[in-house]
Amino acid sequence: MAATHVRAVRRKGEVQTIVGTFFGYAVLVFFSLIFIYPFVVQVANSFKSEPEAAANPISPIPSEPTLDAYEKIFWATDLPTWLGNSILITVLVTLGRIFFDSLAGYALARLRFRGRGAVFATIIAVMAVPGVVLLIPKFLVLNQFGIYNSYTALIVPLLADAAGVFIMKQFFESIPPSVEEAARIDGAGTFRIFWSVVLPMARPALITLTILSFQGSWNELPHTLVAVQDPDLYTLPRGIADLVTGSLGSGTQYPLKLGAALLATIPVAIIFVIFQRYFIRGANEGVDKG
Amino acid sequence: MADATLTRGRLTGARGAARRRRSVRDGENVAGWLFVAPALLIIGLFVLLPILMALWVSITAWNGQGSPFTSSVEVVGLENYTRLFTEEGLARQDFMTSLRNNVYYVIAVVPLQTVLALGLALVVNARLLKGKTFFRTAFYFPSVTSSVAISVVFLFIFANAGVINQLLGMFGVQGPAWFSDSRGVLHLLLSGLGIADIDNPPAALTESGPFGLSWWEWLSGPSVAMCSIIALVVWTTSGTFMLMFLAALQNVPVSLEEAAMLDGANRWQRFRNVTLPALRPTLFLVLTLGLIGTWQVFDQIYVMSQGNPAKTTLTPAYLSYRTAFRDFEYGSGAAISFVLFLIIVVFTLLQRLLLRERGGRS
Repeated sequence: MAATHVRAVRRKGEVQTIVGTFFGYAVLVFFSLIFIYPFVVQVANSFKSEPEAAANPISPIPSEPTLDAYEKIFWATDLPTWLGNSILITVLVTLGRIFFDSLAGYALARLRFRGRGAVFATIIAVMAVPGVVLLIPKFLVLNQFGIYNSYTALIVPLLADAAGVFIMKQFFESIPPSVEEAARIDGAGTFRIFWSVVLPMARPALITLTILSFQGSWNELPHTLVAVQDPDLYTLPRGIADLVTGSLGSGTQYPLKLGAALLATIPVAIIFVIFQRYFIRGANEGVDKG
Repeated sequence: MADATLTRGRLTGARGAARRRRSVRDGENVAGWLFVAPALLIIGLFVLLPILMALWVSITAWNGQGSPFTSSVEVVGLENYTRLFTEEGLARQDFMTSLRNNVYYVIAVVPLQTVLALGLALVVNARLLKGKTFFRTAFYFPSVTSSVAISVVFLFIFANAGVINQLLGMFGVQGPAWFSDSRGVLHLLLSGLGIADIDNPPAALTESGPFGLSWWEWLSGPSVAMCSIIALVVWTTSGTFMLMFLAALQNVPVSLEEAAMLDGANRWQRFRNVTLPALRPTLFLVLTLGLIGTWQVFDQIYVMSQGNPAKTTLTPAYLSYRTAFRDFEYGSGAAISFVLFLIIVVFTLLQRLLLRERGGRS
């Protein structure tokens, strides 16, 4: 009696599980399509002719694949210039952040100096300042210093960031101090200890920081809007935004715009695939922030 | 006596150690400041100083000519602020319109992205399903791509004869001209239900209203154009929040759920009474991060609509940019920035309060 009951319950459970599994996959596949298909549309249409992209935007396969859009991107737009600027800025900003953020993070985590509490409080306060309200303020300071419309204006203000300092401080605090004490007894100076003992141990945090700054400076639009106006100083996001908001003359030119946007997406996509788990850690960094 | 010597001995010993410690501390003082100096200098020069400068500019009528810090610049006091709230005119009308648009945007985006993120996390986390990594990657990837690039893609998808409208066409629905449609969805809904006619709105609502907008205008809901931006933002941000929910779900003990299952709790009861309470702190975090983030929408507006059509996608962030850099009213633009700053700070403080509470509990 009891046994049949148990069996019945179990069978009911199995049916439920099968239905549940099927339902689960259906939901996952449906949402995967929603999340991936826009990229498929983007890639496919960048290889279509303009009339085809207008007439049949949904089809994932161009009926007559063409490289017209890409030829135009490289010969009729300034994309090569934007690309060069983007690479230069991303590399310098990322290097700067790695060095300056970890220096400051280490000092805040380990060195007992007067005013440390105040410095840390400042960092925390600055983290709460939303980027978009800094547009006019940043323009004012760049204008006042006479560096508006220069590479200096594009790069220097981004060379260190509060969130990066915070991430590095958190990480350095998790390293046991005994390692540094051993080095100190050997007579190593503070910078030596930081540079050749602690920093090599901080690899995971440094990768996370690298990815955050790479992604941040590669995708950055608002800062370039208030730092430069000379088209020779445009970065990829700025150039593409300019392209879209209509300076390139006739027609919608969607294949060209989609192709340019795709070129801006590819580097992030490659880094994302290689360093996925660090991206995920970076995203969850937000949970500990505050 | 012996006690006293002992104490004295201990004291001198302590004093020596203190002296030694002090010299180490002096070294640490110098090193500490040298280490934080570059980062602090950059943050000071390009975040803190600019904020002070902008505070000053927000009480002037500077138009971008010359330096705002000379005596020739007219100081107008709080006028740039009062114009946003108390004086009738275009400045207030635009600002209130932007606030209305952003409020509807927040009301739509925050719940949608939270529910979608939680739902996706629950399904991805289900124990019996395979291919988790693939699905997690697929859902998260849009979050890491450039907002400008993605905006271009969505401009294409929501174009008049674009993907969305062709899909709607398959179901016999004629899609709207998304980016030129300024009709509010709440207006459309009221019209559709026969409560109010969108072409001939009730006079009681159009004749008056607070802060320079009529009640009818306040009750518009997000415009059709704004809806496409809402769709884009929900699509890009859900992945990040899904990761936060996933991290939290992994901390829910499996034994707890199994115990509930043995007690005969069904799926919904298990979710409601076991999973959801465990997710509460993350849920609050996602909601407050959403509230903070949605008030900062800028890139998408800049690329996709620039505040159009009929100012229905104008947001305070974009309005402050436009006022300063297109109309050259830097004082007014800075004032809008500071009001927006205040709004966001309130939500940030709320989030930190909740985090502290969570820290206290765990």
